[in-house]
Amino acid sequence: MNRFNVMVAVLALVLGIGVFALLRTGGGASAAAAGAPPTVVDDGFRGNTLGQETAPVEITEYVDFECPVCASFATIQMPTIKEQLINTGRVRWRFRDYPLPIHKYSRFAAHAAQCAGAQGHYFEMQDQLFAHHQWAQTGKDPSNLFRDLAKAAGVDVQAYDACMEAGRYAQRIEFSRQEGDKLLVDGTPTFYANGKKLEFRRLPGSDDFKALADSIVAHRPQRR
Amino acid sequence: MRYRQAIALLALVGLFVALYLWLHALGFGGAIKCGASGGCETVQTSQWAVFLGMPVAFYGVVGYLALLVVALAALRPTALAQRTWNLLLLGLATVGVVFTAYLTYVELFLIHAICRWCVGSAVIITLIWIVSLLSLRTPGIRTDHAASRPPRDQPV
Repeated sequence: MNRFNVMVAVLALVLGIGVFALLRTGGGASAAAAGAPPTVVDDGFRGNTLGQETAPVEITEYVDFECPVCASFATIQMPTIKEQLINTGRVRWRFRDYPLPIHKYSRFAAHAAQCAGAQGHYFEMQDQLFAHHQWAQTGKDPSNLFRDLAKAAGVDVQAYDACMEAGRYAQRIEFSRQEGDKLLVDGTPTFYANGKKLEFRRLPGSDDFKALADSIVAHRPQRR
Repeated sequence: MRYRQAIALLALVGLFVALYLWLHALGFGGAIKCGASGGCETVQTSQWAVFLGMPVAFYGVVGYLALLVVALAALRPTALAQRTWNLLLLGLATVGVVFTAYLTYVELFLIHAICRWCVGSAVIITLIWIVSLLSLRTPGIRTDHAASRPPRDQPV
């Protein structure tokens, strides 16, 4: 074996060890509700909604709680959308879970939000999860943090603990993810307007949804 | 020969960068190691992180592996004098550079986030392209047959 081949072999070994170490140290302890359940049952739940049922436009957002783009959309664009479109009765917003497999704790976070939702605090918990999004960058087990966030969201922690321990909404979340697969969700966030998938060449902002709502309202059939 | 060796070493490094990103995309390990900016997560979770149904990093693994195999094959003694290998390496590197340019455009202008691992890969493939271009400019490759001949008596 000549010197160059030895050099290639040594470099490959060093790089292999490096990648292995990166993958090993990247994660933390395993999360209680991290895995997809083996069976999925439709419990009839179709997402948490904001806005009036009579709104002419319904936006469905497939969301991953660990996704930084979803977090920035929720914290930067959503307040304006709520104020200008949802609170004015023009748009109804539906949130569906789409935990990406590359995220270790997104399913866990979705479960925390659902457990908070069982007590009527889904949106408060969602705000907490997105507002304190550092948890998504550390790779550490966020169980205790989520518990604190639930408390801050006004959730009864004992009931929350029982819900999380039982993994009560694991099937609901997986059902939503599979539904997303059928609808060709290819990343998060992915949006649908009245069931039609929205394709954006860049990350959309509140102005995009305002223009979309204007366009749908302008083109809808007039009632007599 | 040195150019081909350089390409092989660069492709090996690029292969492991792409391999790390691909394994992460498949769900191995936890949060990606990317510094405090979180740009890698933004890029990896965007809708552009999947190309033709596969994570983008998969194409990086395939590309770098192809470059590595071709560069090593081009280093065999029987292949050293053949310039076709240089053309093949340049062709592969050009495909890689074009794809990387597209991905960099997506990062800068559509996702508005930069992944450090992607920048690392972009630097590696650009270096490979430059080296493969330089290898074409070199005159014929010396095979050192003359040096290996037994010494002959020289006229005095």
